[in-house]
Amino acid sequence: MSSHAYDYLDGNAAAGELSKILAVDVTAAVGQCAHCGATRRFADAHVYMQCPGVVARCAACEHVLLRLVSVGHRVVLDMRGITYLSLDTKLGSAT
Amino acid sequence: MWRVGTVVALRDETATARTISLNVPDWPGHVAGQHVDVRLTAADGYSAVRSYSIGSAPNFGKRIELTVERLANGEVSPYLTQEVAVGDRLELRGPIGGWFVWRPQQTELIQLIAGGSGIVPLMAMVRSRASAGSTAPFRLLYSVREPEAVLYRDELKALPTRDHPVSVTYAYTRAAPKNWPQPPGRINASLIADTTWPSNLGPTCYVCGPTSFVENAAALLTASGNDPHKIKTERFGPTGDRR
Amino acid sequence: MAIISRGFLGRRCAADAKLPPGQYLTTDFPVLSAGPTPRVSVDKWEFTIDDGNEVLKRWDWRSFRELPTESITVDLHCVTRWSKLRTFWEGVSLDTLFEEIKTDAQYTLVHSYGDYTTNLPLDDLLSKKSWITFRFDDDDLAPEHGGPARLLVPHLYLWKSAKWVQGITLMREDQPGFWESLGYHNHGDPWREQRYSSDE
Repeated sequence: MSSHAYDYLDGNAAAGELSKILAVDVTAAVGQCAHCGATRRFADAHVYMQCPGVVARCAACEHVLLRLVSVGHRVVLDMRGITYLSLDTKLGSAT
Repeated sequence: MWRVGTVVALRDETATARTISLNVPDWPGHVAGQHVDVRLTAADGYSAVRSYSIGSAPNFGKRIELTVERLANGEVSPYLTQEVAVGDRLELRGPIGGWFVWRPQQTELIQLIAGGSGIVPLMAMVRSRASAGSTAPFRLLYSVREPEAVLYRDELKALPTRDHPVSVTYAYTRAAPKNWPQPPGRINASLIADTTWPSNLGPTCYVCGPTSFVENAAALLTASGNDPHKIKTERFGPTGDRR
Repeated sequence: MAIISRGFLGRRCAADAKLPPGQYLTTDFPVLSAGPTPRVSVDKWEFTIDDGNEVLKRWDWRSFRELPTESITVDLHCVTRWSKLRTFWEGVSLDTLFEEIKTDAQYTLVHSYGDYTTNLPLDDLLSKKSWITFRFDDDDLAPEHGGPARLLVPHLYLWKSAKWVQGITLMREDQPGFWESLGYHNHGDPWREQRYSSDE
């Protein structure tokens, strides 16, 4: 069950919304999918933002990595689909 | 979180694309490849947010440039390319992005591959390289629908003849110029083999454009021997519009 | 306070329609998805009602299409604030599907091909309140809008109208679905503007 419509964005597009709750830019981070175990750059995750929230999916198996919703004043980030995120802090900051 | 930029200049790049120059008093500086989120708010409170890559090089103080392509069914791009006037203010979040960036400290070979409006962040990298006086070897492969869709046409024309030149290869998907050696079509393995850095030289590759374009180009780069960890990608969605 | 963007309207049109609070009228039909569009062929399509332990009823496409259908015209209200009025559908009423089902379960979890779920009280599905639809605007329901078949529950926000519907699980206790578990309202009545769990 995969989309041949190439209708997804990627982790780069989710970075702005994620900055509402995460102080670190995670696009350069490597994450492990809790479903299939694939370790990939978060920038390459398949992201859907045309819905009531942000949904990032594993590029290998399409299972949900994380979901972010802004409900009123509250921001909710569910990351149960990621086992871990690993970021090289020496890579240089955003600016 | 949201900064306010004032539109100081507008420049039409093509019939459907416009560069918006903004003065952002609290701009913290940026790195080539980063983008901003632009938020528009209607008088009744309805708002829409879209991402746009920064096209200008980092060393312009408080001034940044966004090049926006107008999409027929877009919600924000028609406003930005047709309604916005000098003096208007726009809300921006950013700069955003720590992965799809190029810094002048990088000295390795760089292969840039752009599809349509994917040229914008890659142009920021080309401009950043020039303004930093970097001699890092750059090659650019730029795929567009037709010649009229080329952004930054004059600037790109001058690139191969400058000191520390950048070689530019064009590919056309719908209509090519007269006497063009290739029929219009998607980029393919032989174009990659003929015009991009040989993979055994270990270039860092940046691929940007519509999602299907990026997946195709990244797959071709990998198939020609490039290390997937050295291929950085940014996908603009189905039509090239990020939402 | 946000900066107002002079002259910005977005894709909306100005119209004098009676809309739920905070909604705006649209004439197109936005596609909002949380994942890739499932490609389900009608040869493999199934719809089931189960109680968490066993399947109570199952239909394949052929048996499903033999059921009596209704043509309905309803308004759609999405929690992302767009509303589309007088949309035309054909579908099978949930009353028909639940005809032979005896249960004292009060809650349901609707699940789709893919991984989408949404929860509703059984009462919100019955008594002419919902349909499994397979035609929109005189055409087969397109995959990007939920085809081959989607749930349609017009009296609630559109996230409850699960696209690519696969089945309904009856539950004795309520369990939040994909968006409800993150803070969207458990019920979702647009006329009482029940968008988030913090709303009344």
